[in-house]
Parts: sequence; C-alpha cells; structure tokens
Amino acid sequence: MTAEFIQPDLMPALPEMVMLGMTCLVLVVDLFLPQEKRGFTLLLTIVTLLLTIGAVVLVAPVTEVSSFGGSFVLDQLAVVLKIVVCAITVVVFVYSRDYLADHSIYKGEYYVLGLFATLGMMVMISAHSFLLVYLGLELLSLSLYSMIAFNRNSLRASESAMKYFVLGAMASGLLLYGISIFYGITGTLDITQLTVAINAESWNHPVALGFALTFIVVGLSFKLGAVPFHMWLPDVYQGAPTSVTLFIGTAPKIAGFAMAIRLLVDGLGDLSVDWSQMLMVLAIASMALGNVVAISQTNFKRMLAYSTISHVGFILLGILSATANGYASAMFYTITYTITSSVAFGVLLVLNRKGFEAENISDLSGLNNSNPWYAALLAIAMFSMAGVPPTVGFYAKLTVLQAVVQVDMVWLAIVAVLFSVIGLFYYLRIIKVMYFDEPIADQTTTIKEALDVKILLSANSLGLVFLGIFPSLLMAYCILAFS
Amino acid sequence: MYADWPLLSLVIWTPIIGGILVLFAGDRDPSGARKIALVVSIATLLLTLPLYTQFNSGTHLMQFVERHEWIAAFNIEYYLGIDGISMPLILLTSFTTVVVIISAWEVIQYRVSQYMAAFLIMEGFMIGTFSALDSILFYIFFEAMLIPMFLVIGIWGGANRIYATIKFFLYTFIGSVLMLVALIYMYTRTGSFAIFDFHHLRLSMTEQVLIFLAFLVAFAVKVPMWPVHTWLPDAHVEAPTGGSVILAAIMLKIGGYGFLRFSLPITPDASAELDWLIITMSLTAVVYIGFVALVQRDMKKLIAYSSIAHMGFVTLGFFIVFRIMDSAHGEQGAALALEGGMVQMVSHGFISGAMFLCVGVMYDRMHSRQIADYGGVANTMPMFAAFMVFFAMANAGLPGTSGFVGEFMVILASFKASFWIAFLAALTLILGAAYTLWMVKRVVYGEIANDNVRALSDINKREFLFLAILALAVLGLGLWPDPLVDVMHATVDNLLNHIANSKL
Repeated sequence: MTAEFIQPDLMPALPEMVMLGMTCLVLVVDLFLPQEKRGFTLLLTIVTLLLTIGAVVLVAPVTEVSSFGGSFVLDQLAVVLKIVVCAITVVVFVYSRDYLADHSIYKGEYYVLGLFATLGMMVMISAHSFLLVYLGLELLSLSLYSMIAFNRNSLRASESAMKYFVLGAMASGLLLYGISIFYGITGTLDITQLTVAINAESWNHPVALGFALTFIVVGLSFKLGAVPFHMWLPDVYQGAPTSVTLFIGTAPKIAGFAMAIRLLVDGLGDLSVDWSQMLMVLAIASMALGNVVAISQTNFKRMLAYSTISHVGFILLGILSATANGYASAMFYTITYTITSSVAFGVLLVLNRKGFEAENISDLSGLNNSNPWYAALLAIAMFSMAGVPPTVGFYAKLTVLQAVVQVDMVWLAIVAVLFSVIGLFYYLRIIKVMYFDEPIADQTTTIKEALDVKILLSANSLGLVFLGIFPSLLMAYCILAFS
Repeated sequence: MYADWPLLSLVIWTPIIGGILVLFAGDRDPSGARKIALVVSIATLLLTLPLYTQFNSGTHLMQFVERHEWIAAFNIEYYLGIDGISMPLILLTSFTTVVVIISAWEVIQYRVSQYMAAFLIMEGFMIGTFSALDSILFYIFFEAMLIPMFLVIGIWGGANRIYATIKFFLYTFIGSVLMLVALIYMYTRTGSFAIFDFHHLRLSMTEQVLIFLAFLVAFAVKVPMWPVHTWLPDAHVEAPTGGSVILAAIMLKIGGYGFLRFSLPITPDASAELDWLIITMSLTAVVYIGFVALVQRDMKKLIAYSSIAHMGFVTLGFFIVFRIMDSAHGEQGAALALEGGMVQMVSHGFISGAMFLCVGVMYDRMHSRQIADYGGVANTMPMFAAFMVFFAMANAGLPGTSGFVGEFMVILASFKASFWIAFLAALTLILGAAYTLWMVKRVVYGEIANDNVRALSDINKREFLFLAILALAVLGLGLWPDPLVDVMHATVDNLLNHIANSKL
C-alpha cells in the first residue's frame, strides 16, 4: 500500500504556528521568572499577540486560500476577525494587570491559558471542517474553564467554572451529535464537500437533515448564549474574576460569530430557510429576556451578562436575514460590541482595589464626582450599547435593522427596536448612578491609575465615538469579507 | 463673500468643539468656563446672522448647501442645507443659547464647565437637526441632543429629577426608533437616505399610513401633543431654568419642524386622510390642556401646560391645510395656516423662554415655584414685575406682541375650513388669558404675602439684560412680523404645491 503524503501548504497557518511557538516560549520563560518580574511575561504575551497580528497581515491573501485538504481556510473574513481577536486580547491583558496583582493571581499560567484560548479562537475562525471547528472550540473552552477557576480561593469562581464546564460539555456534546448525523448523511466532515453533498441529498433525507441542523443550532446557541440556552452566562459573568469576565465577554464572541458563519452560512447555506426561522425565535427570545431581566439586576457584571444576551439576539438578526449584507452587518455588530464591552469591563477593572471588588452597580455611585473622566468613558460605552448616536452602537443597530428590513421583515425590525428601548432603561440607570447619585462614603479614595491603562481605555472609549462618526472605516472590511 | 464658506458646518461645529473645550477647561476655573462659553455662543450667533442676511427669500430651493459622501456603504451623506422653514429656527436656536448662558452666569455654581458645555454641544446638535437633509444625519442629531439634555436635567435638576429625566429620554427614544424603521424602509425603496428622495418616492396608501404613524409617534412626543405630553410637565418642573428654556424654546420646535420636513411632504395622502386625528389632538391640547393649566399650583408646570396648548396651535396650523385647500381660495388660506404655525413656533420660543426665565429669577431668590408662596412681588421687584406682566400678556396673545400674530393667523385660516374648529381654537384667547393672567395676579399683584417676599431684591443688570433682549424680540415680532414671514413664503408655497399632488 502506498499512501501518498501530500505536504500541505503551511503558509496560511503561519499565524497559528507563530502563536503556538511563542506560547510555549512564554510558558518556559515564565518558569524562571521571580514574581516581581512577572511584568516580563505580560510583555512577552503582548509581543506574541502583536507578532501574530503581523503574521496575519503578512499572509493575508487576496482571495480565499485553503490548506490541509480544505479543512483550513484563510479568507478576508478570517484575516479581519483574527486581527480583531488578537488586538482585543492585548487590550484585555493590559486592563487586567493591576486587577490580577491585587487579587494575588498575577501568574504566568494565566497568560499561557489566555494565549491558548486565543489560539483556539483563531483555529475556529479558520476552520473549514467540522472536526477543526470542534478542535478550536474545545481548546478555547478548556482554557476558559481553567481561567475562571484560576482564583482557587474563591468559592464563587469555582462554582461558576464548574457550571460552565458541565453546561459547556453538554453543548459540545449536542454539537458533536449534530455533526455526527451530518457525517452519517453525507459521509464528509469537510464543509465545502458538505455543501455539495447536502445539495444533492436534501430531497432524500429532509427529516434527518432538519434533525441534525437543530442540534448544530442548539450547540451554537449555547456557545453564543442565546435564549433559552443562556443559563450559564449570567452565573459565569458574575462568578468569574472580573478580568476573566472581560476576556469571556469580548474575544470569544467573535469566535462564536465565526463559528456560526462557518457552520451555518458556509456549510449549511442551502438550509438557510430552516435555520433562519430557528434563529428568529432565538433572536426574539434573547432580545426579550435579556433586556427585561437586565433591568432588575444590581450586580453590574450580571447586568452586562443579560445585556450580552440581548446583543446576541441582535447579532442573530443580522445572520438570519441570510444575505451577504446581513452577515456583514452582524460582523460589524459583533466587532463593535466587543469593543464596547471591553470599555465597560475595563472601567470596572480600574475601580478595583486591593481588598475591594467593584462589581455592584452601586459601586459606581457618584463616579462623576470622584473621577469624571472614567465616568465619561463608561457613559460613552453605555450609550453605545443602548444604540444612541453618535456612538458606534447606533450604526451597528442601523446596519442590522437595514438588513432585516431589506428581506421584508419590517415587523421584526419593529420588535427589535422596541426591545432596545426597554434596554435603554438599564443603560440609563448606570449613567444615572454615576452622574446623579451621591458618592458612597468609602468611594472617596482616589483611583490608582496606571498611565498605559488610562490611555488605552480612553482610546478604546473615544474610538466608539470615532467609529460612530466614521463607520465606513470598519464597515468596508465587513462588506469585503462577504463579497 | 460668504458664498464659499461652509457656513452651516461652521455653525454646527463651532459650539460643539467650543463645548468640548469648555469641558476640558474643567471645574478648576469656573469663571473661565463661563467666559469661553459666552464667547463661543456669541460667535455662533454672529455666524448664523449671514444665514439671514445672505438668504434668498425668492426661491424654495435649499441654500448654503453642503453635500459630501459620508458612509458609502449605505449611501449616507453629509448633506446640509436650509430653506425658509429651517433658517428662522436656526437663528432662534443660536439666539436662545446666548440667553441661556447669560442667565446661568451666577446661578449655576455646581460643575459649571459641564453645564456650559452641555448647552453648547446641544446647540450644535439642534442646529444640525434643523439643517440636515440626509435623514440619518437628521436622526443622529435628533437623538444625540437627548444626551446633554438628559444630563442637564439629571445633574442640575430638582428633587424628582431622576424620574423626570429618564421619562423624558425614554419617551423621546421610543418615538424616534419607530421613525428609524420607517426611514430604513424608505431607504430600501430608494437606495438613498436623502430626504428629498423620500419626498419624491411613490408610496401606496397602506405604506403611507404606516410611515405617517411612525413619524407621528416620533414628532408628537417631541412637540408634545396630547396624549403623549405627560413627560413635558415633569421635565420642565425638574429641569434647571436653562434646561426648561431650551426645552420649551427649541426642542419642542423640532417636532413641529419634523412634521413639515417629513410627514407632510413624504406622506401627503396619509396626512390628508388622517388630518382629523391631528386636528382632534391639537384642539384637545388647546382646550383641555388649557383647562389643566388653569388649576396648576406650580408656576413651571403651568407654563409647561401652556406650552402644550400653544404648540397645539402649531400642529393645527400645519394639518388644517388639507381642509382649507378643499375650500374656495384654498391656496392662500393654506399658506396663511402654515405660516401662522411657523410664526407661532418662533414666537413661542421667545415667550416661553422668557416665562421660564422669569420663574427662574424668582426661584433663585425664594427657592420655590409654588404660586401660593408668592404675592405682591410687584411691591419689592417693580422692574421685574413689569417684564413678567409683559411676557404674560404676550403669552395670553395680546395684540402687539408676537404671541398674537401666530394665533391670529391660524384662527383666521381655520375659519376657511370650519367654523367650529376656529371657534374651539379661538377659545385659547380666553383660556390663555385666564390661566396666565390669574397666575400673574396671584404672584405679582396684591398685598405682600409674607416676609420672604418682603425681602426680595429687584433684578440685577444681568437679569435685566436677558429679559430686555427677549422683550424686544417679542415686541419686534409682534409689531412687524414681515421679516420672518417673508423668508418663508417661497418655501411654504412650494410645500403646499408638493402636498397637493397625490403620491399614490
């Protein structure tokens, strides 16, 4: 027997290889660093991420290229999303530094796990076979489970890690089940071949296809946090250390979006009539429950968790319109949402001090008095989440609504805007607490601020206004990714 | 000499950038913040003057047009221009902002720079709303102005300010998001967000009715029309004086402006079909809200209700045109009604602003807005009493003041449509006189009610300054309204021609 071994083109996977190599380097180097030199690990981590961005730019193709027998693709979508994921992760690590130090979890493993999670996301973004999607997803999830439980002394963190692990494993199981049925019908795991096979087979196995699709959509919804598969999200957001919540609330959303696009659009685009109806139900339920339940929250992290759920509903709206325009708008929405939520959690991290965990909405009382600049930055983020112009959140909502109206679902657009009015209320409440309430007594101590964090956070928040005024800068790439 | 200047952009961005500068001046130097704010607002006022002097009132076409590509993906443009409808409102805005900044000079001591910055930024957004010719640009300005107003009421407002400001924001937001969906729908039909493309878009009756209703919710909340007016008394009572003035003098006008720029020209057939709805709502505002005003104990609340009643005249004037056009000599009467509504908007801007400032002057001394706490103010504050009585007369529609002109034009035009509509509208002359003058009687005249009133000191030079400016404006517009009416003739005639043609 002569099995021919074809050397795959490794160039498209260069960023992943750079990242893997550097991550191992970080792991080893960190072993020899004393605690006071931990800053070097962070520096090396950031260098890793920047090198990866450089590698992505270096190998960015003009048209789509695939490798590893078609199971790995590098297209415009992948290039943009990978850059965003790495950039957001840099931001996350910079914001988290002081928090980690204050809570005695300033350890090298934290960064190694974070890098592995990022690697998992990058694999998910480029995956073009069911197997690789699953591989990336598990790499991401397993790293996240351990990051949540990183603070061993925190009971709540361990609890939420456990919860996330159990529910996440179940979701993965459901996803795998769906994948296995598709494999049974079509005999392939490759997404390109799957499309061809489904086109040919769809008349023979309508029930089985629908059955498998349902499991895929359920698995996806679990990972994205769409209602009714959202249960883990509030608990994890609240229980995890704020620095980890920041991480979970940002980059993985982009990976989740990529997974939805790879599976539903690239792979099962021919079944769009079926999945767009499922997504419609999920989207409406997410917007309704997320916005309504968020109103009654007193914990800021938990409130943002419910707000995430409602934003996932909006992202699904863009996808369910099943047009290139809709996918581009969902992509724009996802990216700008992660930028916005990194501001919200970033400000919360700044407010943390040794022995004081800022996480309740009341902890923000009178922030405009004690620190008007951070209050303004958070206010911008809140207005952006609420979709009030001139912030980018408005434009993101506009593009999604436009995509929905374009496919003659005006009623859905009306439902969406009405729920966003409900959502407005709890975002306004944060602004009310910061601007109109008196500061609580022990809040008078000034915030310890690192200059780099302040600059980055300011740029991050003002970027929301800048992108709101010049959305074309980002929108052009989103449209390109789906043209 | 101004032909090549991007004058409208200057007028919009000067106050916004000035406001940001004031914000960065911080609270370390409040007097510096005040001075910068005053300079910026006066500079903006001076920049708006050429819009009037260089305005060509012979054409209905847009003037001072600026048009640039902005968001290519959705064909959204940075498209500005003004006509006879928007130009007076822009002047009103820049004028009122100067007055507000002077009026806040010593009164505001808490976070001065943020206060001044909020009003300057708001001015830019409001002027932007009046001059935007791209509907998304309009929407952005329309919504963005809520943010500074929300903060103004919430930070510097009265005891119940948080309830009031959140109510204000939610009410306005819910109205405008439906408008957004309507705009997007029309975009999918025309492929552009330019308002003029919407004007020429053919729409079926069902589409028109739905779009009309979406616009109606947005603008009726803003005007505000009965029955969605309830946020206004709350917001006015809790807002600081400056906030009340801007709300009454300009923000309410944006609703009226929206009817003229969007509802009438985009959905003329639905407007004609549903004009009974607007006329009923307007007359209810005039009559019912007039009675509600009569029983108020809080001066600000009374003026707030009187604002709703007066704005009822505006919407009545705008939507009665369809009935007038059906009658003999229609064209002329319809123009009279529209122009009457416009004059009423500008005049109400002056008068309601002045009334709120008068209440503010008293509130600064007594820290009470209750009518019952006052009495005999004329004895201790004679100069102030003179102004207060004058503005109250104007509010009641005394001939010779601007308050009379608009109301008279609308009532006159209404007679061509129906006697009963005109009759109900004319009730305002009685009701307005009743609630305003009764309040003046209880507050200004009579014996000195208590020791607090006895201790009052008359207005200082600064207060005299802004009240005198407004009094001149009210009197000037009342005696000689031609400069205002002339600039809008061409635009109004063109609008009437446009809506007379069915889009079905």
